[in-house]
Amino acid sequence: MTDPQPPASGIEYEPVIGIEVHVQLRTHSKMFTPAPNTYGEGPNTKTDPYTLGLPGTLPVANKEAFTLAIRVGLGLDAEIASYTKFDRKNYFYPDLPKGYQISQMDLPVTSNGKLPLANGKVIRINRAHLEEDAGKAMHTGGDASFVDLNRAGIPLLEIVSEADMRSAPEAVEYLERLKLLLRYLDVSDCDMEKGSLRCDVNVSIRPKGMEAFGTRTEIKNLNSFKAAEKAIGFEIRRHTSVLQAGDEVVQATMLWDEDKEQTRVMRTKEESADYRYFPDPDLPPHHISDSWVEEVRATIPELPWIRAARLRSLDGITEYDAGVLIQDRAVADFFEQALAVSGDAKATCNWITSELFGVMKERGHDITSCGIPPARLGELVRLVKDGIVGSGGGKKVLHAMYGTDKDPAALVDELGVGQISDEGALEAIVRQALEANPDTVSDIKAGKKKAAGAIVGWVMKETKGSANPGTVNKLIRQLLG
Amino acid sequence: MTAPWPQIDALAASVRNRERSAEETVRTALERSSAHEDLGIFLHVDEARALDAARAVDRRALEGHDLPLAGVPIAVKDNLCTREVPTTCGSRILENFIPPYDATAIARLQDAGAVVVGKTNLDEFAMGSSNENSAFGSVKNPWDTTRAPGGSSGGSAAAVAAGIVPVALGSDTGGSIRQPAAFCGTVGLKPTYGRVSRYGLVAFGSSLDQIGPLTNRVGDAARVLTIIAGGDPRDATCSNDPVPDVTEALEGGVEGLRIGLPKEYLGEGIEPSVREAVSDAAERLAAGGAQVREVSLPHTSYAIPAYYVVATCEASSNLARFDGIHYGRRAVASDLATTYERSRTEGLGAEVRRRILLGTFALSAGHYDAYYDRAMRVRTLIRRDFELAFESVDALISPAGPTPAFRLGEKTQDPLEMYLADILTVAANLAGVPGLVVPEKLVEFEGAALPVGVQLMGPMWSEATLLRIGHYLERTRGDLPAPPIGGRS
Repeated sequence: MTDPQPPASGIEYEPVIGIEVHVQLRTHSKMFTPAPNTYGEGPNTKTDPYTLGLPGTLPVANKEAFTLAIRVGLGLDAEIASYTKFDRKNYFYPDLPKGYQISQMDLPVTSNGKLPLANGKVIRINRAHLEEDAGKAMHTGGDASFVDLNRAGIPLLEIVSEADMRSAPEAVEYLERLKLLLRYLDVSDCDMEKGSLRCDVNVSIRPKGMEAFGTRTEIKNLNSFKAAEKAIGFEIRRHTSVLQAGDEVVQATMLWDEDKEQTRVMRTKEESADYRYFPDPDLPPHHISDSWVEEVRATIPELPWIRAARLRSLDGITEYDAGVLIQDRAVADFFEQALAVSGDAKATCNWITSELFGVMKERGHDITSCGIPPARLGELVRLVKDGIVGSGGGKKVLHAMYGTDKDPAALVDELGVGQISDEGALEAIVRQALEANPDTVSDIKAGKKKAAGAIVGWVMKETKGSANPGTVNKLIRQLLG
Repeated sequence: MTAPWPQIDALAASVRNRERSAEETVRTALERSSAHEDLGIFLHVDEARALDAARAVDRRALEGHDLPLAGVPIAVKDNLCTREVPTTCGSRILENFIPPYDATAIARLQDAGAVVVGKTNLDEFAMGSSNENSAFGSVKNPWDTTRAPGGSSGGSAAAVAAGIVPVALGSDTGGSIRQPAAFCGTVGLKPTYGRVSRYGLVAFGSSLDQIGPLTNRVGDAARVLTIIAGGDPRDATCSNDPVPDVTEALEGGVEGLRIGLPKEYLGEGIEPSVREAVSDAAERLAAGGAQVREVSLPHTSYAIPAYYVVATCEASSNLARFDGIHYGRRAVASDLATTYERSRTEGLGAEVRRRILLGTFALSAGHYDAYYDRAMRVRTLIRRDFELAFESVDALISPAGPTPAFRLGEKTQDPLEMYLADILTVAANLAGVPGLVVPEKLVEFEGAALPVGVQLMGPMWSEATLLRIGHYLERTRGDLPAPPIGGRS
């Protein structure tokens, strides 16, 4: 199949997109058994008799997974079920050791949520339900396949949106904001490379203005948001050309081929399994009390978009700045703690997003592992603002802060990068400079303001760069009256 | 003829007092098991392991551990997982399966000093009422070796009836403890659903299955229940409520108790001698001061169809794990679908495959409402029948099966007729209520002298009352002879 061409003319179609996100919850143990919930390590080492599907073993639900699911529900402004149960989804596959997956069919833990996009549009969330992950089947291409059950049984929350998105970029914005929310809520590391966040996308198109949905296809095997965007775009174009050719879209599950940048049919509706859902008799229904919900609510942090709006209201912080700061809850926390010391939002933001991020990147750290306490960075920003150290000196101090527990003021002295901002101390040197450069003084007097730079340069050279250039400029103006 | 086992409390006391050793009691059980090998009771006996375990009990007893079952030899149905000991469920597909853990009920019995001497034969995956569905041959009834011991816990019932062990564990999904107990003349208790952890019991119908004891005496069943019952963090359906000591009230008599005779359980199709056994027992209860009255459980006739829908639906899912991939028997085939198909066709017997297909069909798209959902509604009605009955009576007395033990091969050609053998027992599983079978008398049936039992059923968690009534019946009945095996042959 080659990439179909977009329509040249004819009916205008509107894409309709819904997304299912599977997120692994960062519990200590698996969804229904005490085996550890960890990533990596040797195949089949994170298992136990339940995970292996041995007969006689029974599932017991993990309370921590419920708590995290309730967090997500509250973060999505959704309803938390007071009564919820588990069902069995029956199908055969080697990565599914019991021959069924325990999931939730008609009574999910939370439903009817909302996720706001930047432009104010709200994407409705149909439901989020708990289930257990399957293992991994590895096909070597030889005559044997292998199964690793380390992943089997890890708690998953499946978050199902309504078909509210109308373009590939909008779908990606939804995914990005949902991921941001999940990370703010600290329910998962959301690492797509490790598979702790996965998404399946349903795409259909319909003539603009029409209410009924067209036939949809579901795209699987999307390993990044970028892949999702490309795959959605591809499917929209493919559906469009199918309809324009007078054909009908066939309901199917599609696989995204990353290399060929196109989708291919994995199975059609006729080939799909009848999962024979029924209530799992091993797990009594769960009652979620109001007090439990309130307990969880008390731990919900400020949501990222609310935080962005608040940061935006600070002096000098642009929408872009706010967006950068809230990308990571730890960065936003760091910013606010540093700001409390520095008192200058814009300068603090700049020091974090350009200087600190630069140093962190060089050294392969993130904001929590860089070892610099936010208050120290705030102090540094204040030292620069007060003219105690120049911006160049400040950068040296920032580098030196790595790996020591000395405060920035001490490092300014130790590194000898302190600035002379005292007018009395600088006045004599400025006078010397003016005397030594009569031509330049004439130029300045003649109105060539840029000529003052030469005087500042002379002073800097004389003071080995420690004079505060602002103070020097001020003195030049004063002395030349 | 071998001497019958004493009461297990007395047996354990004699081991604790060092009048005899656990090693001796276990050796006796092992000797008896080999003497009765032709009954086909055991699928696995590991003498060395059992004797090691017995010697360990002797050491613990010497160290002064409190072992209420010190040296009591037990047999366990082979659908209960035993650590490092094969657990086949009577199926080819698990022929070589060795679990790495013990069922909670077995672990608790072992902690109390009991010693497992062997794994007993059963209908494959507990699906059957005669023990003839075992992949490893049928068990013979010790009262008449041409007859079925009942099922599916036939091996456990026969092991107790033949005097091999004083206690065996069975499992009861639709009567699989009670019906074989009645056929073999032993006591059999199906506890309330949730009373005993199901951890380690290979699931058949998860919402129906319960583990329980088969014993010589009511008191022994009560003792075993006190040890195996109670909450288990590994079974979410097991109640954490405290378990009363059901051995305490055994002697309490029946004065003032209200006993119901459910008319639907005494109608057509019940063998007259079986009906007579129930009236004999009811008369003694009345003589003991109980008020006996007729009651009605109007939805009884729907119990069999509802049961065979719910049980097969759950089984179709529970048995999906036996796919030849992760463990168990695997057929060699060139692709995945054929591997599944052949492994399951070769590994699972005809009755098991029939039930998987029935359950798969009943859960399929378009059939769920007509079968599973409707069966669950019927289940609610049946539960309500019991609740209403128990507003006016404390317990029910009924037969446990329509006839005494039928002949081997008699019903194997007609699965429906076999299913109907469960008509008096499945309702208790659907409702979750406990049921106790106590031997009542020997009767002449088709030229053989066979035991007949009566079934007592009570409200949820009423084991203490049932055991008290059962104990009264046992005490006022007089001794029954031992089965003729061994003595005759």
